[in-house]
Amino acid sequence: MILDYVGVKEINGSLIVLDGVENASFEEMVDIRLENGACRHGRIVQIDGKRIVVQVFEGTKSISLDNTRTRLKARPMELALSPEIMGRVFSGAGSPIDGLGEIYPVKMANVNGTPMNPVSRVYPRNYINTGISTIDTLMTLIRGQKLPIFSGSGMKHNELAVQIVRQAKIADTDGDNKFGIVFAAMGVKNDVADYFRRSFDESGVLSRVVMFLNLANDPIIERTLTPRCALTAAEYLAFECNMHVLVIMTDMTSYAEALREFSSSKGEIPGRKGYPGYLYSDLASLYERAGMIRGSKGSVTQIPILTMPNDDITHPVPDLTGYITEGQIVLDRQLEGSGFYPPVSVLPSLSRLMKDGIGEGYTRADHQPLANQLFASYARVQDARSLASVIGEEELSPTDKKYMEFGKLFEQYFVNQGFHENRTIEQSLDLGWKLLSTLPRTELDRVDDALLDKYYIEDKESLSFHTIASAQSVDPDDDDA
Amino acid sequence: MAAKDVIYGINGPVVTVRNTRSFSMMEMVYVGEQRLVGEIIGINDKFTTVQVYEETTGLRPGDPITGTGAPMNVLLGPGIIDNIFDGIERPLKAIEETSGSFISRGAAVSSLDLDREWDVTIKARPGDRLEGGMIYAVCPETAIIEHRFIVPPDLSGTVVKVAPDGKYKLMDTIVTIKDGKGEEHQLTLCQKWPIRTARPCKNRLPATVPLITGQRIIDTMLPISKGGTAAIPGGFGTGKTMTQHQLAKWCDANIIVYVGCGERGNEMSQVLDEFSELIDPKSGRPMTDRTVLIANTSNMPVAAREASIYTGLTLAEYYRDMGYHVAIMADSTSRWAEALREISGRLEEMPAEEGFPAYLPSRLSEFYERAGRVDTLCGAEGSVTIIGAVSPQGSDFSEPVTQNTKRFTRCFWALDKSLAYARHYPAINWMNSYSEYYTDLDPWFRKNLGDDFIKYRNKISAILHEESALMEIVKLIGSDVLPDDQKLIIETAKAIRVGFLQQNAFHADDTFVPLEKQKLMMKAILHLYSRSRKIIAAAIPISRIMELGLFERLAKMKYDIPNSKPELFDDLISDIDSALSALTE
Repeated sequence: MILDYVGVKEINGSLIVLDGVENASFEEMVDIRLENGACRHGRIVQIDGKRIVVQVFEGTKSISLDNTRTRLKARPMELALSPEIMGRVFSGAGSPIDGLGEIYPVKMANVNGTPMNPVSRVYPRNYINTGISTIDTLMTLIRGQKLPIFSGSGMKHNELAVQIVRQAKIADTDGDNKFGIVFAAMGVKNDVADYFRRSFDESGVLSRVVMFLNLANDPIIERTLTPRCALTAAEYLAFECNMHVLVIMTDMTSYAEALREFSSSKGEIPGRKGYPGYLYSDLASLYERAGMIRGSKGSVTQIPILTMPNDDITHPVPDLTGYITEGQIVLDRQLEGSGFYPPVSVLPSLSRLMKDGIGEGYTRADHQPLANQLFASYARVQDARSLASVIGEEELSPTDKKYMEFGKLFEQYFVNQGFHENRTIEQSLDLGWKLLSTLPRTELDRVDDALLDKYYIEDKESLSFHTIASAQSVDPDDDDA
Repeated sequence: MAAKDVIYGINGPVVTVRNTRSFSMMEMVYVGEQRLVGEIIGINDKFTTVQVYEETTGLRPGDPITGTGAPMNVLLGPGIIDNIFDGIERPLKAIEETSGSFISRGAAVSSLDLDREWDVTIKARPGDRLEGGMIYAVCPETAIIEHRFIVPPDLSGTVVKVAPDGKYKLMDTIVTIKDGKGEEHQLTLCQKWPIRTARPCKNRLPATVPLITGQRIIDTMLPISKGGTAAIPGGFGTGKTMTQHQLAKWCDANIIVYVGCGERGNEMSQVLDEFSELIDPKSGRPMTDRTVLIANTSNMPVAAREASIYTGLTLAEYYRDMGYHVAIMADSTSRWAEALREISGRLEEMPAEEGFPAYLPSRLSEFYERAGRVDTLCGAEGSVTIIGAVSPQGSDFSEPVTQNTKRFTRCFWALDKSLAYARHYPAINWMNSYSEYYTDLDPWFRKNLGDDFIKYRNKISAILHEESALMEIVKLIGSDVLPDDQKLIIETAKAIRVGFLQQNAFHADDTFVPLEKQKLMMKAILHLYSRSRKIIAAAIPISRIMELGLFERLAKMKYDIPNSKPELFDDLISDIDSALSALTE
């Protein structure tokens, strides 16, 4: 028997309360039909006996206490899935909005997903060559990893994501070109969504992209569903269609704010900065859906993008994200201001899975020691700089001056790469050694002598950097190492 | 019993039942048709509140709730080691077999394998008097761990019947005892214990034996005792998990319980991979032969995350009672505290600091106080050492979890962002970390390594403190203006930091360093320091000492001198002597 419940008892923000409801189940979907014929969708978020609280995805505008008929759908929120979703565009709640019609489902899946059994996970070890020196050398992206970009408003995080998509070799090298991109936009500006769409088109991958768009003016409840729909699609493509899926989610801060808005309208006790106490668990339920499992060839790799409010890395959203994800790529406004692209702030950036996916057999045996030395030396540059800001560069000791010089070259040639340059891992590593060779050999205490003998360039005259950067894009023969 | 108890309200993992008197506090219950595991966390005359350890999607009012009559407990018996459980002791490997790569709900799987046969040797004889905690049988659990079957602590009596030695399954009765009231009790290969109750012991022993970890900064500078407590606080990316992994791999406990509480799934699979490949140098067997893993990753239900810490602790205490030294790594206790906060919020309790419930300190102290080195009821010596990672929000050590943890642990290994940025690992900051075990442990170090060890450590520590004071000046005016003796302090401190405190977990030799080598490394550094001081006093400039490259040699001695050849340190010291003597001639 299908019952319609007429009217509501209470409306509060995006929530409506119904009373006298029989047989409702937790997280069940409901349809809300308005008098004017419009149909809205909602989900039960709380039950107290016969009183139920429903979250309305499209918002409660023009709902009154008695102009609605509500019907329970007897199933949780599900997404229609089939291999046909490739190349399609969906709303944040998972309905097609590209005018190409409904998806004929091969499978319906609960958007909340179920936790992956830790025993079934395959530890990620295959590195993804992004062609960006800083990322490949110092914070290597691994297939099955979740590596967020911590950015700020107005910085070039979107460009960086696009460059990664364009250059990254996600699929296996054996020519089996099964890769897909799932793009989830949460509360982003129309221009940004359009930029991504155009960029996917230009790099010829548009037919392999699944887009879930919740733009800045779309309802916030839908926004809390967007990443769940996107990840459900990604999991389906990866684990049932055996594809390598890269998920780009932007902007996680808008997502968390939507969650806060919803939580406060529900009257929950707030935690830090008004965000709900379960923000950690909630973010984890998204990020943890990256990975690989035994018995499936596919993988889900996530690159969430978040803008740190006021560039503050201790803000709850970046803070909790950093505790869940396997590292982070932090962008720096000062580097951006100096005109360097990508403005990756090297020291706070990190990839936790890197250590097992690089070195002999993956990249090159000297990769890890080189990365350690670059980090250590660049950290030393910061000390020299802060000293120089007090006593002036002239007064620095000769070694500190060398570090100042190294820092400048490092930022100018290693970090600053340009939007169109695609470097191989060998080029990046060799450039790293060249930069280190500007420092006295005795300063390099993180690498052992055998490596120094092999890679350290004693002949300082040959270290002409202005040629390297140009040589790498124009004339690779000039690369003498 | 009157009407069946049914669900009234549902809010996330919290479910309420109305007008019932059939449950007791902390009782374990089954919720709904799928029999999801839950626990009673609040009772008043109108409502009984249940926290459910699994996803509550699809539950509806009117679904049944059945009590078990017992508090949340775990099954203890052979098969725990080399296994991986979720937060409420459900075996994840068995769940994978029944429900595939994703965990479905209401998975009814026994915690331990009921069908596996164990090769049991009975120790009790008819007529023996058995008290709680005494051993009545043993069996090999893994190649290196002997499982000792102990009488449940609340039971005692005279043995009336024993089965012959042989192969038995978990639920088989092997010994029957008759208690004082004439009642007979069957002892099988397993027993149950409520996770929130500490298992009893005869008496607690002082913290006089160190837990050797092979990590220089910990063993030498900030030692921990067997049965001690330590906190490792650090922001993300400072290497908490790395440090915990290193301790789990190398510390000299017999058994490791590793609790991944609300952490990353990929990290757990790394632990699984690594520990089964790694060979324990002491036994020649894979690490997994002495490890229990509890994995409740951050996307698994929050209530089970809260329970996982207690589950791990109870398993650890069980093995302690057999006379083993157990170390438990909890990564991370902040996630556990946040689970408390989350559930407290759902119960609409009055929050205290930063939304955490007011009972956070008492829960933390209850947890850490379950550590200790004890005389067990069977008369052996065992210990539980707790090493808890703390993930301070915003990397701010003044937040409630870090502050309260500080009050209840005696070691504080503070991880430092700037050290981690410079890839100085372990990134334990020597200035604001501390260990309260010095006085307790010094006699042991004196006895086993000689007075020198303590003397060297104090000297090293003094040099580091002096360096830190000098760095204040250097930051303002640069190091060039310092007099030579102070420059020497800075150079020596650098050798200590790079050569001694920094340790490479990926280097075959450096990942674990025996105490003897730690001592010799300190000796070499201090030898160069004191010789150089005399030379500087003789008005020879420090730049001439620096040209000799001796400090660089110290920085690399950890790689150059293998753990197995401590005699090479004599060569190093005589090299230092001859190089420096050349200066004064």
